[in-house]
Amino acid sequence: MSTAALAVEGLKKHFPVGGKLRPGGEVVYAVDGVSFSIAPGEVLGLVGESGSGKSTVGNCIMRLLEPTDGSIKLGETDITHISRRAMRPLRRELHMVFQDPYSSLNPRMTTGQIVGEPLRLHGIADGKDRDGQVAELFDKVGLRAELRHRYPHELSGGQRQRIGLARALSVRPRLLIADEPVSALDVSVQAAILNLLRDLQEEMGFACLFITHDLATVEYFCDRVAVMYLGKIMEIGTREQVFSAPTHPYTQALLSAVVVPDPERQRSRRRIVLEGDIPSPVDPPSGCVFRTRCPLEHESAPESTDVEPQLDDVNGDGHLVACHLVRQGAPAPDITRSAAASSS
Amino acid sequence: MPLLEVEELSVRFQTDDGPVHAVDKVSFELDPREVLAIVGESGCGKSVTAMSLLRLLPESATITGGVRFDGDDLLAAPESRMRDIRGNEISFIFQEPMTSLNPVFTVGRQVGEVLRRHQGLSKRAARERTSDLLDLVGIPAPERRVDEYPHELSGGMRQRVMIAMAVACEPQVLIADEPTTALDVTIQAGILDLMRELRERLGTAIVLITHDLGVVADVADRVVVMYAGRKAEEAPVSELFAHPQHPYTIGLLGAIPRPETGEGVDGRRRRLQEIPGLVPSLSEPADHCPFAPRCARADDRSRSEVPQLEIVRPDHRVACFHPGSEADAE
Repeated sequence: MSTAALAVEGLKKHFPVGGKLRPGGEVVYAVDGVSFSIAPGEVLGLVGESGSGKSTVGNCIMRLLEPTDGSIKLGETDITHISRRAMRPLRRELHMVFQDPYSSLNPRMTTGQIVGEPLRLHGIADGKDRDGQVAELFDKVGLRAELRHRYPHELSGGQRQRIGLARALSVRPRLLIADEPVSALDVSVQAAILNLLRDLQEEMGFACLFITHDLATVEYFCDRVAVMYLGKIMEIGTREQVFSAPTHPYTQALLSAVVVPDPERQRSRRRIVLEGDIPSPVDPPSGCVFRTRCPLEHESAPESTDVEPQLDDVNGDGHLVACHLVRQGAPAPDITRSAAASSS
Repeated sequence: MPLLEVEELSVRFQTDDGPVHAVDKVSFELDPREVLAIVGESGCGKSVTAMSLLRLLPESATITGGVRFDGDDLLAAPESRMRDIRGNEISFIFQEPMTSLNPVFTVGRQVGEVLRRHQGLSKRAARERTSDLLDLVGIPAPERRVDEYPHELSGGMRQRVMIAMAVACEPQVLIADEPTTALDVTIQAGILDLMRELRERLGTAIVLITHDLGVVADVADRVVVMYAGRKAEEAPVSELFAHPQHPYTIGLLGAIPRPETGEGVDGRRRRLQEIPGLVPSLSEPADHCPFAPRCARADDRSRSEVPQLEIVRPDHRVACFHPGSEADAE
């Protein structure tokens, strides 16, 4: 097997509460032991609700945050604690597309300068050559080349997100990190950006970490899916494994809560509404972090309170689940069988 | 008899760049116990429509048309009458639960204020009733939550408080503007169940403003699709999803990723449908079909004449010269 485009091992990011001025001794366990890898050319969806730590994972990989523990390998290179200077040449290898197409573009640069900046910084192309490449990139992301003389505020949200994509892909990175790239856009614009992202991915073959809360876009775009909850990965598998045979009770609840745009199907679906809220990451539950909201907690107690379930590949098919109820030979957990679950 | 009748509602804003015709002659009716969804993308005028019903818009807005409710024309009623109606007979749930609650008052005081204002309850009685209401909307330990401030609650809890406040006086009409958009899916599921339950228990009619067709499919009885300030299509929910007639509605439905679009027959993934072009600027009232510049079906007539709403199927109105769904054509 060739080297993974990205390998994350036991990644932790803890934030002290109150900062340096007023240390409270408390710690936010934003990301707490996350491991996954992305093969070259593969698209991994990192899904989770707000506060699950999914964006923190992305920011650690981008070296926008200093990880507390664990390792991040970009290809062969360990970038976990690499210096800014040493990181600079590696920035060609990984690029990011941000959620907000309004605040992630410099308002004082023309869109052409924005897209050409990585080419300039990495000394890839200059002058006419750069201008030519920028025009080509504009064409690639479906923008008229004349738009490169405009400023970001003159463009629509969808157009700006295309600029963000063109900038990220200008240096042909091996890995693209996309943090909620379409969440701020309207449905019809979203569709165009998702189509574009998929076309470019197929054409250029970059690996992608696609961070989102939207399960429908993950199913559309990703090869594999990792589900996060309270700083940990609950389940990871191929798109088919996670969507057709969701195994972790949290994944099951999450999928059951998604609304499908079809009245007949939507109204006949069985929905499991989880009790309560996501616990505070300052004081996560002991053992299994999901146990306080798990409809099957009575089946896994008391083990779930004392022991943290490991992300295990029980059937040896690359479908990893962190749940005490997942054992070889035993039937997979099913939250619909829980009598305590409120359904509708 | 409809509970709320909106007739030719138009809203124009005076801005520094000239007038903006945000809503253009929109009419609809709301029956008792009905959930009516108003759907559209940003800038289509759905929120402005909702706000104008209760006259919640800034002074730069000129509202014309009629909003008939319980014998009153809400657009002409004196402000004192409006104050009696707001939060009492018709109430509003806003999208952003953080900014819609006052951070310096406890939850109990804010919900209680509605009860004291409209039902003349004493402080103590309002507090007791508030705790019942928090219980009704599914907030655990309501006696304790009454004394908490909004920042002590999670997003889902705050939205529940907003709903408790909105239903405190058992209003006949609830207007909910993107009530679940800021929330996670597992929380959204609970809020949608709650709205359904309130309709069953209190008989409240709901106007649901949303961009999410999944939410519409889940709770709505009838759907109005808006585009560029105008009503493009209206039909009962199952009819609309099964036989969408307006090219814009068809485009919206095709733009959402769903399991079937994942993989085509030949193993290659199917593409999402795109709607080319941009939403038109609303600086002038339309003199042609507003969707024509983005529409594959547009012809000379669409570009020179404004289509009016017409009944094309039972209980199904469309403003389009070339209506019809692809499924029906086959």
